[in-house]
Amino acid sequence: MTTPSLGKDLVGLEPLSPEQIQLILDTAEPFKEVSERAIKKVPALRGKTIVNLFFEASTRTRISFEFAEKRLSADTVNVAAAGSSVSKGETLVDTAKNLEAMRIDMVVIRHGASGAAQFLGQRIRSNVINAGDGKHEHPTQGLLDMLTLRDRFKRIKGLKIAICGDILHSRVARSNIWGLTKLGAEVGVCGPASLLPRNVEDLGVTILPRIEDAIQWADALNILRLQLERMEGGFFPSLREYNRVFGVTNERLSRAPKDLLILHPGPMNRGVEIDSDVADGPHSVILPQVTNGVAVRMAVLYLLAGGSPEWAHSGAEER
Amino acid sequence: MRPVLIRGGRVIDPSRNTDEMADVYLENGRVGAVGRDIGSPDEALILDAAGKIVSPGLIDLHVHLREPGQEELETVATGAMAAAAGGFSAVCAMPNTDPVTDNQAAIGFIVSQAARAGKSRVYPLGAISLGQRGQQLAEFGELVGAGAVAVSDDGKPVVSSHLMRTALEYARTFGIPVADHCEDPTLSAGGAMHEGIVSTRLGLKGIPAAAEEIMVARDILLAEHTGGHIHLCHMSTRGSVELIRRAKEKGIRVTAEACPHHFTLTHDACEGYNTNAKMNPPLRDPEDREAIRQGLRDGVIDAICTDHAPHHYDAKEREFDDAPNGIIGLETALGLAITELVEPGLLTLAGLIDRMSTVPARIFNLAGGTLAPGAPADVLVADPNIRWTVEPTEFFSKSRNTPFAGRRLIGRADVTVVGGQVVFERAGGGGSTGR
Repeated sequence: MTTPSLGKDLVGLEPLSPEQIQLILDTAEPFKEVSERAIKKVPALRGKTIVNLFFEASTRTRISFEFAEKRLSADTVNVAAAGSSVSKGETLVDTAKNLEAMRIDMVVIRHGASGAAQFLGQRIRSNVINAGDGKHEHPTQGLLDMLTLRDRFKRIKGLKIAICGDILHSRVARSNIWGLTKLGAEVGVCGPASLLPRNVEDLGVTILPRIEDAIQWADALNILRLQLERMEGGFFPSLREYNRVFGVTNERLSRAPKDLLILHPGPMNRGVEIDSDVADGPHSVILPQVTNGVAVRMAVLYLLAGGSPEWAHSGAEER
Repeated sequence: MRPVLIRGGRVIDPSRNTDEMADVYLENGRVGAVGRDIGSPDEALILDAAGKIVSPGLIDLHVHLREPGQEELETVATGAMAAAAGGFSAVCAMPNTDPVTDNQAAIGFIVSQAARAGKSRVYPLGAISLGQRGQQLAEFGELVGAGAVAVSDDGKPVVSSHLMRTALEYARTFGIPVADHCEDPTLSAGGAMHEGIVSTRLGLKGIPAAAEEIMVARDILLAEHTGGHIHLCHMSTRGSVELIRRAKEKGIRVTAEACPHHFTLTHDACEGYNTNAKMNPPLRDPEDREAIRQGLRDGVIDAICTDHAPHHYDAKEREFDDAPNGIIGLETALGLAITELVEPGLLTLAGLIDRMSTVPARIFNLAGGTLAPGAPADVLVADPNIRWTVEPTEFFSKSRNTPFAGRRLIGRADVTVVGGQVVFERAGGGGSTGR
C-alpha cells in the first residue's frame, strides 16, 4: 500500500482525502509524547526555516505553531503584520516573493482574507500551511478537534457532532465540517439562522435550529466563539439574549440523553456561548484540545517537509 | 471618402427584417444600397464577404473606458479600438470616470477624444447625480446638449428612491432613459461574490440575488409612477427577469440589458479565488444563468452589453476580497453570444444582431442598428463559423482581465466599418481585395 502524501501545502481540509486526514491524525499520535518529555525536542526539521506570517492577531495558534516548530528543531521567524512592510502597503504577493528570496522552507500564514493561504501557495515554492484564512478554513484547528474526539471516542465514524454558534463567519466550522464528514461523522450546525451560511445544508450537514435540538441529537458539542462585533453588524441582538437562547449551560445539558463531550476552539466568552461550569466541567476537553494542537501541527509540519509516518514513530523516540 | 462595396455576404438587418445574400454599398459615410449585383465606381474598396455575415455594427450600451482618470487601464482611443475589433461600431461610456461626467465639459471631453481616435463611436452617459454622490441631480439639459445619450450613476446604485423618481421625471423632458445599476447597498455591503453554496464553501461574503431584485422592483414601480423610461443595467438574476417580464406585460417603460459573462458563467468560476471571475453584479447560480438566457430569447432582456471594465493585472493579483470588480468584454462578446446563444438554438443570428445592434440603438435612440439606405454606414462583417481561442495578449484593450482566456469560441468580427470608414480589419480575415 502506498502512503498518501499531503502535497505541497495545507490550505484546508476540503481538498484532502479521508486517507490524508487519517494520516495526519495517525502521525500526530507519536508526537503527543514528545511534549510530555523533560527535553521536548526531536531533530526532525533540523535545518529547516519556517516563517510564521500572521496578518491577524493570534495568541494560541501562533504559539502552538511556534512550539510545534521548535520541538521539531526548525528555525523559526515570526512576522506580525503590524511590524512588517505589509503595514507600508506591500501586497501579499510581494511579501511572499521576498520571503521566497530568503530561501525559506515553509510559511505558516494567518490572514483576514479568505483564500490568502491558497493564493500564497500558488505563488511560492515553499510549503504553505493555513493557520486560518478569513472565513474559509482553519485546517489545523479542525484536525486538533478531530484528534481530541478520536482520543475520547476511539473513532470518528458514526459520531454526531454539533457545531454551535456563528457558522457564517467561522473558518473553524468549515474545517470541522469537511474533516468530520470525510471521516464518516454526522455533523449538525446550530445557531441563529442569521448566523448560518446560505445553502450550508448542501455541505452535507444537518441544521439544528435550537441549542436544545443540538443537545438532544449530538455526542459532542463544538461551541464556537461568538465574535462580539457581529452584534454591531446586526446579526443578533445582544450577548444577553444570545446566552439565554443559545448559551450552553449545565441546566440545558442536564436534559441531554447522554453526557456530551464539550469542545471550544477558544478563546471563550464565558457566560455568552458557554457557561463557566460547562467549560470547567468534567466533560470539557477544551484544554486537551490545546495540547493536541501542538501534536497535530508537528504532524503537519513533519509530513509537508517530506517525513514518512514510519519515521515519525521511530524519529519521535529517543535515539 | 472612398466608397465601399461589401460583396457576396449574408446580409442580416433586423431593422428591416431581412436575412438574404446581398451586396452592401456604402458611400459618403452612409448606406447607399443593399441588393444583388450592385455595381460600384472604380475607386471603391471591395470587401469580399463570402461566407460571412454583414449586419449593422454592434452597439454596446455599457462600457467603462476609464478616461479621464485611469488612462493606464484604458483610454477612449484604446477602448474604441477594442470595440472595433469586437465588431462594435458604437459603445456607450459610463460616467464613473475621474472626474465624473456630470457636466458638459466632461461630456465634451469624451466626445472629442472619441472623434480624435476615429475608431468606433463613443457615446457618453451623463451622471444622474453630481459626483455620483446620490444627492443632487446633474444638469441633464446641458449633458444632453454636450452629447450625453442617457444618464446613469453606474458603478453606484441610486440609493435614494426620491432621487430616482425625480431623475425619471426630469429625464422625460429630454427624452432620455435613466440607466440604473440595481443594488441595495445595505444587503451587498462587503460582498465579494454571489451568495450561495460557493460563497459558503469559499468563506466569502455573499451578495444575495435580492440585493439586485429589490432595486429592480423599486425602479419598475417608479417608472410606472413617473412614466419615465428606466433602463436596467447588467441584469443577473432570475428574480429580476421575472420582475421585468411582469412589468412589460403591464406596459411599463422598462428596458434591460445582460452581459455575456452572466449568460455564460456561474459562481463556480470563482473557485480557487479566481479574481477574474469577480464582478458586480456577481456571477450567479445555474438557474439564474438559465433565466438570463431565456430572457434574452424571449425579449424580456432587450439587449446584450459587455460592462467592459478594464483593471490592471496587479489589482486583480490580490486576495479575492481586495480585488476590484469587473472584467473586459468588448473583444469576446460576439464570440460568446454566438457560442452560448446561437449555437444552442436560443437565438438565430438575426435575433442576436437584433439584441446587439438594432435594439440597443432603439433603447438609447442612437443612429445605427440598421442598414436602411441613408443610415450611417456602420457595418459589421463577421465570420459566424470560425473557431478561435481567446488569447488576451492579442487584445486591443489595454487590460487583460478576462475569465475567458483559453476558451474556445465560435464566431468573431472580421471587419468593422464606422461612418463608411474601415476602422478594423482582421489580418487574414478575408477582407479587402483590389480590383
